[in-house]
Amino acid sequence: MVEMVSRPYEAAFEKHAMAHDEVLCLSADLTSSCEIDKFRDNHPEKFLSLGMAEQNMMSFAGGLGLAGYRPFVHSFGVFLYRRPYDQLMASIAYPRRKVRLMGFLPGITTPGGMTHQAIEDISVMRSIPNMTILETGDATEVESICEAADSIDGPVYCRVLRGSVPRLFDTPIEVGEMRELETGDDILIVSSGITTEEAMRASAALKGAGVSVRHLHLNTIKPFDHKTMLDHIASVKGGVITLENHVVDGGIGSLMAETMADNGVGKRLVRLGLKDTYAHGGSRAYLMRYYGLDALALVQGIEDLMGQKFGITEDDLSAARVEAVHSLVKAEGL
Amino acid sequence: MEHALQNEKTTEDVALGIRRRVFEHSIRNNGGYMSQACSAAEQLAWLYNEELNLGAPTLPMIPKPFEGVPHKDNPDYHTGAGYNGPVAPDLDRLFIAPAHYALVAYATLIETGRMAPEGLEMFNKDGSSVEMIGAEHSPGMEVHNGTLGIGLSTAAGLAYGRKLRGETGNVWVYMSDGEVQEGQTWEAIAACAHHKIDNVKAIMDVNRQQCDGAMDSVMEVGDIGRKMEEFGAKVVWVDAHNIDEMREAVKTPHPGQPLIILANSSPFEGMPTLEERFPRLHYVRFKSEEERARFNTEIAASLGIDPIDYAH
Repeated sequence: MVEMVSRPYEAAFEKHAMAHDEVLCLSADLTSSCEIDKFRDNHPEKFLSLGMAEQNMMSFAGGLGLAGYRPFVHSFGVFLYRRPYDQLMASIAYPRRKVRLMGFLPGITTPGGMTHQAIEDISVMRSIPNMTILETGDATEVESICEAADSIDGPVYCRVLRGSVPRLFDTPIEVGEMRELETGDDILIVSSGITTEEAMRASAALKGAGVSVRHLHLNTIKPFDHKTMLDHIASVKGGVITLENHVVDGGIGSLMAETMADNGVGKRLVRLGLKDTYAHGGSRAYLMRYYGLDALALVQGIEDLMGQKFGITEDDLSAARVEAVHSLVKAEGL
Repeated sequence: MEHALQNEKTTEDVALGIRRRVFEHSIRNNGGYMSQACSAAEQLAWLYNEELNLGAPTLPMIPKPFEGVPHKDNPDYHTGAGYNGPVAPDLDRLFIAPAHYALVAYATLIETGRMAPEGLEMFNKDGSSVEMIGAEHSPGMEVHNGTLGIGLSTAAGLAYGRKLRGETGNVWVYMSDGEVQEGQTWEAIAACAHHKIDNVKAIMDVNRQQCDGAMDSVMEVGDIGRKMEEFGAKVVWVDAHNIDEMREAVKTPHPGQPLIILANSSPFEGMPTLEERFPRLHYVRFKSEEERARFNTEIAASLGIDPIDYAH
């Protein structure tokens, strides 16, 4: 039974912030939604409420960076780059300020629909010079995201999970190190964030069907270790499949496509994710099924990649499921 | 208080020198930001020659060429802030929020002995750090402000951080009135007021001009002084060409509030011939060699100098 951890960010941030004088906590009217309400109440001297005014908040954070502080900017991911993109560029990314952008509710982990769903954030951030991108996929990664982010010499954008989060890993994020979850040699699965849990479920069922799966989990999306990834691609006989809580353009699917094309790797690549579409509001499980981001979609993608049917059913995937993980999780509220 | 470079000239002389340098540059280059020199000369002269508490420059009098943008592989990168002196707890900082005033700001650095006149010859030349729209690495600049409206927010963040550290220096922002059309300006004033950031001081060039023309024809902004007061700033209006009024305005107590000095300016002060080009004053490019020659003669006379002997 996988352990579910409640609000792992809350304590992790407090611990990190209180250990570092230069760390400040910034919020834009989503304080409890970003699990920093207790921090606000306990440590008002390190907390700045900047209101629903993200453009100012980004430049303000850049100014704090100029003053030698390392502000952690908290909001939903989508609010950290869509409206204040110019400020993100000019006040944070260009001058390499040590601003830590903590983006909650990545992709379809919110029922808030188009306005709340950061589905192209990785694509946007990947194209910004000087930016680092980290993504959390379990409670242990959420618990270690503050330290990992604060180790970056420059700005960093983090996709942070909140609420009840499964613990899949027992070691903290090491920036730049991909996790090898399976080391088979038929096909390569690359996942990040919440899709890793789905891929773990699919790979368990696939192993049962005799497929030798290699599965990598990415928590560092930029910079990216192309060389290690090329070794993994070379280690499988078949192709590569990516599963991401993001549009397939500009995210980890594109990252793999670029890596393969740049190096003349002539293998097939199947990219699963949102395919040139917005999502709408709904529960995580519903949206993952509807948009093909779940274990079943991955199995079907691998069947396409390998040109075989494995007869894996939804029931098989449920059985492989790391036991009722989602039954404990309510649809994310706002 | 270190004023090593200040007061060698009167502030009036610095202002006149700014106009003359921008005029000469614009005539030689068949155009330039002349109107900004007209409206801003006294404000920037007053800041650099009297009000700002700055140390001696830390960068070479003749600016170095462009040395690359901030990048992990460019460890020697630095901004142009060194022309305003070193960073120290008791010293002031200055952001030029309308970065297209760079030509005027560079002229001010020369007039106050912070940059060699050769620096202006590098203006807008390929490979130069003396860029047309002031960049971080341009003389006297510390942050990018080319997109209007971000300067005050950055200053507020820096000022908040400096207060936390117990530093006594102020963070000054030179602003332009077109910036009040940007919502971020109002967000910044509200944030300063909410967090009682009173080590931010701004002086705004209220010339009522913007790129498309007179502001009232582009988008009316109403009573900006009253609006700023409502958002939580301490506001004082001055005549932008009356240095004594600036000297008095800055003495206004503003505990717990940012101070914004609104400087009512004329976009052709000192160069009356420019009025012919109203309301398209943002960047004055001569329409013909005849116009260029006539402006040269007339404005030189207004500024009390001989016409510029420029290459035709």
